[in-house]
Amino acid sequence: MWMVIALLAIIGGSLLFHVLSPWWTTALASNWRQMDDTLTITLVITAIFFVVINLFIVYCLLRFRHRAGRRAAYQPENRRLELWLIGVTAVGIAALLTPGLVVYASYIKPPPDALLLEVVGQQWQWRFRFVGAAEKLGASDARFVSSSNPIGLDPDDAAARANIVINGNEVHLPLNRPVRVLARSNDVLHDFFVPPMRARMNIVPGQVSSFWFTPTVAGRFEAMCAQLCGIGHPNMRGTVVVEDEAAFKAWLGAQPTFAAMLAPAAPVQTAAIDLVARGKALAQSKGCVGCHSVDGSTIVGPTWKGLFGKTETFADGSTALMDAAALRHKILEPQSRTVKGFQPLMPKLDIKDDELDALVAYIQAAH
Amino acid sequence: MSSDHAAEDHAPTSFITRYVWSQDHKVIAVQYASTAILVGLVGVLLSNLMRLQIGFPGHFAFITPERYYQFVTMHGMIMVIYLLTALFLGGFGNYLIPLMVGARDMVFPYMNMLSFWVYLLSVVVLMASFFAPGGPTGAGWTLYPPQSILPGTPGHDWGIILMLVSLLIFIVATTMGGLNYVTTVLQARCEGMTLLRMPLSVWGIFTATVLALLAFPALFVSGVMMLLDKTLGTSFFMPALVSMGQLAGYKGGSPLLFQHLFWFFGHPEVYIVALPAFGIVSDLISVHARKAIFGYRMMVWAIVIIGALSFVVWAHHMFVSGMNPWFGFFFATSTLIIAVPTAIKVYNWVLTLWRGDIHLSVPMLFTLAFLLTFLAGGLTGLFLGNVSVDIPLSGTYFVVAHFHMVMGVAPLLVVFGAIYHWFPKISGRMLDDRLGQLHFWTTFIGTYLIYFPMHYLGVLGMPRRYYNFDGYKFIPQSAHELNAFITIVALVVGAAQLVFVFNLVWSVFRGRRAGPNPWRAASLEWFTPQTPPAHGNWGPVLPVVHRWAYAYSVPGAAEDFIAQNAPAAAGGLEPEEHPVPGGVSKGAPA
Repeated sequence: MWMVIALLAIIGGSLLFHVLSPWWTTALASNWRQMDDTLTITLVITAIFFVVINLFIVYCLLRFRHRAGRRAAYQPENRRLELWLIGVTAVGIAALLTPGLVVYASYIKPPPDALLLEVVGQQWQWRFRFVGAAEKLGASDARFVSSSNPIGLDPDDAAARANIVINGNEVHLPLNRPVRVLARSNDVLHDFFVPPMRARMNIVPGQVSSFWFTPTVAGRFEAMCAQLCGIGHPNMRGTVVVEDEAAFKAWLGAQPTFAAMLAPAAPVQTAAIDLVARGKALAQSKGCVGCHSVDGSTIVGPTWKGLFGKTETFADGSTALMDAAALRHKILEPQSRTVKGFQPLMPKLDIKDDELDALVAYIQAAH
Repeated sequence: MSSDHAAEDHAPTSFITRYVWSQDHKVIAVQYASTAILVGLVGVLLSNLMRLQIGFPGHFAFITPERYYQFVTMHGMIMVIYLLTALFLGGFGNYLIPLMVGARDMVFPYMNMLSFWVYLLSVVVLMASFFAPGGPTGAGWTLYPPQSILPGTPGHDWGIILMLVSLLIFIVATTMGGLNYVTTVLQARCEGMTLLRMPLSVWGIFTATVLALLAFPALFVSGVMMLLDKTLGTSFFMPALVSMGQLAGYKGGSPLLFQHLFWFFGHPEVYIVALPAFGIVSDLISVHARKAIFGYRMMVWAIVIIGALSFVVWAHHMFVSGMNPWFGFFFATSTLIIAVPTAIKVYNWVLTLWRGDIHLSVPMLFTLAFLLTFLAGGLTGLFLGNVSVDIPLSGTYFVVAHFHMVMGVAPLLVVFGAIYHWFPKISGRMLDDRLGQLHFWTTFIGTYLIYFPMHYLGVLGMPRRYYNFDGYKFIPQSAHELNAFITIVALVVGAAQLVFVFNLVWSVFRGRRAGPNPWRAASLEWFTPQTPPAHGNWGPVLPVVHRWAYAYSVPGAAEDFIAQNAPAAAGGLEPEEHPVPGGVSKGAPA
């Protein structure tokens, strides 16, 4: 009898859980209401099957449980019943599949006037590119990747030079305008996932993936990587800011083209900026923050909080006081030694002397 | 094999030939099953460690991100390959096939022995990766390149190489075993044991073995190709890419090619685990409800059709992989079609209960728990198989909950039910009933409490394979509390498996002695002259079968079951016409 009680508790409990659960889809912020609708259709149909079949089992247990002298009926098959069940199931399945495929057909057909957005995933940060003044996204290749060309655009391609590169984890998008995402990676698999938008696709090195959505709600949305990409995976975060067309235009206008990124920065500009603030910006743009926190938590590499002036122990057993010289050396020659307990993963950066000063100043300021 | 022979002539005499270098399918089955259960306990331990991190992030300093991903990866691979596949084919396949079809042993006993020892070697190589420099691979059990062989992923040197080598060895073992099982079923059935009189357990294991023989080669070649990419620098799966800021020497390969090969193996793999479970559970229901399995022939065809369809649905694991999106239409359709024969099986199981005489023994409890769990896991498959519903759910905890219910917990519930059911035949003793009840209730209720709520975290959008979720605003505090709850339940369920292992060990020595047929079952394996069956299984004369394995509660019969090898005059024939020696049986009225 415990089994009957358990089954009833599970059926009732599951329905109750669904009604009371505070966990369900995030509030929709894109055009893909149809996806939520097919989810609901599927949920209702499958819940009916779940409840009916389990209640049938409960009935059988109550009615046909063994009692002294009881003997089972002998009925090896019933062709009519079996064919009916096949028919009913096939109809139910078709009812689930049809709306699903209709939605999918629109998912793989982006509107022709959609805004092109390139998303580039790389361990463990996001970069973006817009067409800008060019007519298309210019050529790119992994062999062009360097710290001054983080997404590997072809410096000799006119279209690429006119494209706008967002060298950071935050991208802005205009409200109510379809966005066609072309996603690319220069290292491993990633997946640009913004839950309230519903739409997404894996990013595969060596090819371009695409999907589209129309943001319908203004605001800041969290983007995350949803395809395991190494130990920094959970920290590969981005932000999508959806705003009205005018604000978007203003934001986009302030972003550099690829050509401007390649031009040597004027010394006057850099001198004017506070060293620590510049270091913070560099930590963002060079991708340091993908691995090093400033709040004491361990992501992939050691945290920068309290690092300056600390005596670190290295994997080979040696120790060193982490002063400005030691930090500069570690950034310039990251593979020279590795802090004990961490993996030798730090890439060598193409970094200028004044940038190094700024970064070290920022690390020093991180208490 | 079909001729009568004096088995004792060949019986091994020394301890070594009897229990270690044994060629007896029953001993090999126990060797396979014991190894699989031991390695499975490692898998459970790893899952509990990983759950500690998810439930209580930051509390356990020894669970670093590297270790977390290594636990996740090794847990998945151990459970799918080294536990479930090995246990169903090497364990149950080995024990049940010869006894159920009336053979003296597998047709290639020496190769059968080799199969186990090669399997053991694959387990040793896998476990060795825990002690290798850099530890085991942390690439996720799918081992997707490029990251699986690049810095930034734990165990990207020794770990991944040992993993791939271990898989290749495992496939050799499975192939040797599989050829044996298929040949034995086709060639070594006793007189009267037609294919459509075989118990569904044999049908399930047989079909799963055929799938394994056809699917594992895809994993084998992809493993070899990835090893070449890793060790010789070929570029099968590696495009031109930047690794740790440097241009790596690869060019022109395709990561998606690996995913296609992997899932061309990986989806049939789901059914390599599920079909034996389907077959076994059909037999458990029939025996413990004292009723002929409903729609036997439909059940056989459903197994065969599911097996065939399982080769054309693989890319539903890749709806958001970046493959050509037009494939989505085909694979969503083929995937939902497979739901029809699967649903038939569920209907026929519950219709077997209808007007039955249901004995709520421990095997039956596990069977009922399987029905509910499989139903839940199967129905959530309709979400993920339907491409546009899958898009937001792919890669989230919804997927984790779905596949754990449908191919983790559900088949394991069958494993437990089957062990409680056949243990008396294997050991001559019963498993302890009270410990069995304790194990059952903790496992059944516990796993439901773990995986049912987990779907909701997936719908919310929480991705799987996250070391932590610090600072994500869209995830409410309550979701973290739910994760802590799930972790606590997982620890309890993990501990309950120790009760099961204790019960096994204790009952082998101290269990209540069982008669030859404690469940009053009709299938052939319960009618060996000795219990446990001796070498050669049948004594001097092979059995002759006169009916199917489901002659339960036949009207007019003295008892509520008729043995498969009882004289023809006892009645209880299968419902359809059947060729028998000297003519055609007319079949019993339905």
